[in-house]
Amino acid sequence: MSTKTSAALSAPSSGFNWLSPVLGMLGGLRYPALGITSLLAAWWFGGYLVANDPDMWAFANFAPAPTFQALYGLVASGAIWPTILSSLYRILYGLFWGIVIGVPVGVLIGYVGSAMKIANVPFQFLRMISPLAWMPIAVLAFPTWDSAIIFLIVMAAVWPIIFSTAHGVRRIDPNWFKVARNLGASELHMLRRIIMPAIMSDVLAGIRLAVGVAWVVLVPAEYLGVTSGLGYAINDARDTLSYDTLAAIVVVIGLIGYGLDSICSLLIKRFNWHVE
Amino acid sequence: MGASLSIDYVSHRFTPSAAPTLKEIDARIEPGEMTALIGRSGCGKSTLLHMLAGLLIPSEGCIRVNGHQISAPSAKWNMMFQKASLYPWMTVQENASLGLLFAGHSKREATKQVDALLDMVGLHDKKKDNVQSLSGGQQQRVALARSLATNPEVLLLDEPFSALDAFTRSALQEEVPAICRERGITMVIVTHDIDEAITMADRVLVMSQNPGRIVSELPVKLPWPRRHMDVGFQTLRDELMQQFKGTDTGLSGRCAQSSQPADSKAESAA
Repeated sequence: MSTKTSAALSAPSSGFNWLSPVLGMLGGLRYPALGITSLLAAWWFGGYLVANDPDMWAFANFAPAPTFQALYGLVASGAIWPTILSSLYRILYGLFWGIVIGVPVGVLIGYVGSAMKIANVPFQFLRMISPLAWMPIAVLAFPTWDSAIIFLIVMAAVWPIIFSTAHGVRRIDPNWFKVARNLGASELHMLRRIIMPAIMSDVLAGIRLAVGVAWVVLVPAEYLGVTSGLGYAINDARDTLSYDTLAAIVVVIGLIGYGLDSICSLLIKRFNWHVE
Repeated sequence: MGASLSIDYVSHRFTPSAAPTLKEIDARIEPGEMTALIGRSGCGKSTLLHMLAGLLIPSEGCIRVNGHQISAPSAKWNMMFQKASLYPWMTVQENASLGLLFAGHSKREATKQVDALLDMVGLHDKKKDNVQSLSGGQQQRVALARSLATNPEVLLLDEPFSALDAFTRSALQEEVPAICRERGITMVIVTHDIDEAITMADRVLVMSQNPGRIVSELPVKLPWPRRHMDVGFQTLRDELMQQFKGTDTGLSGRCAQSSQPADSKAESAA
C-alpha cells in the first residue's frame, strides 16, 4: 500500500472529527436510555392491564398517556410551581438545619474519641426511630404545621450527615494532623485548612443520603395539616379521584428527587480530591 | 541562623508502668551542626526526634532549643517525615506555603516566598500541579520546601528518603545538607542507613535499644560532597558498622557511655 493511501485510511478528513465525541456521548447514553425505556414499557404494560381489567378500569388514568397529559396541563397552567416551591422550601430549610447541626456534631464526635464513645449509643438509638414517628410530638411541640414538617425533615437528615462526617474525620491520615501541628497550626487552622477540606466529600456524601431520606419523608409529612406541597397535592388528587394528576405529581416527585441527587453527586465530584 | 539543641537526661515511657523507650539521653548539638541518629528499628530514635519537634514530651529530663525548653511543636523546629504527608487537595504551591499561612502571612506573601524555594528544590514547573501527580521524590521536595518556608532554626528529618528510589535518594542526600549549610540550619536526621548518616552529617550518634540510649558518637570530617567510594568514607563506614554491631551485642568498644554494666547486660539480653 502506498504511503499516501495508508495515510488517507488512517486519518479521517478533519470535517468528520466532531463526530467522534458526539458518537461517544450518544454511546454513553445507551444504557440510561434503555433503563428509562424499560421503565416506561413496564408502566405502559401495567396501565394496559389495569385498563382491560373490568374490576380496575377506574384506575386506567395511572397509565403513561393520561399522566403526561396531566403533567403538561399542570406545567402549562403554572399550577405545579407553587406546589413544588412549597416542598422545596421545606426540604431546603430542613436540610439547612440538618447540615448546621450535623456537620459540627459529626466533626466533634469524629475528632474527640471520648465524644464518640458518649454519643454512639444514644445516636444509634435515635437514628433507628423513623422520622415519621416524631410526628405527634412535632405537632405538639411546634406552633405551625410548617415548622413541624421541617422538624421531621431535620430528624431525617441529621443522622446521615453526622455519621458520614464523623466517619470522614476518623479516616483522616493522622500524619496530616502531625504535620499541621508541626507547622504551627492552631485548632482553628486545623479545622479550616485540614479537617474541612479533607472531609468535604464525606460531608457531601452524607448530605446526599440525607436528601434521599428527607425527600422520602417529605411527602408523608405533607399529608399533615398543610395545604401546600407535593404531599398535600397527592392527597388532594386522591380525594378528587384525579388519578392522572396524582400520577403526574408522582413523576414530578421522582424528577425533583433525581435532580437533587444529581446536584449532590456533582458537588461530590467537584470536592472529591481523590485522583481517579 | 541555626539553634543549639540540648537534650538533658531525657527518658521516656509511653505509659507510666511501661519499660522506658529512652533512658537518660544526654547530648548537645551546636548551632548549624548536622547530626545523624542511627540505630536499629525500635531503638527509640524516632521517638527522640518527635521530642525534639515538641510532638512528644519527655517523661523525665528536658529538651532545650537555644536554652528554652520545648513544650510544644513550632515551625521554628520543623520536622520532615518518612512520608511526605502532603495535603492532596492542594497544589504544590499551596502545600509549600501552608506554614506561612499558619503564621499569619497573606496568601500573596506566602506564595511569593515559596516560589523561590520551589525553584530551589527543582519544582519551578510544577507549582500549580496537584501534589498527587508528583513522584515520591518530587513529593519529598515539596515537603522540604514546606519545611524550609518557615525559616526553621532546626530541621528534623525522620528517615525522609527511605521510600525513595536510589537516584532520588542520592540527590536529596546531597542537596538537603547543602541547603542547611547555606542557611546555617541545625539538622538532625534519623536513619538506619549508615551511608546516609555519613553522607549527610557532621557527627553520627549511635543508639542502642531496650532502652534506647546514645552509646557512641563519631565525628565525620570529610569534605562535601561526600563520595561513597572515597577511602575516608569507607573507613568511617567500617568503623560505624563495628559500633552499630556493638549495639546488638552490647560489646561496643567505643561506647561513650559504656561505663554502665547493668545497661550492657540489658542490651545483651535484648
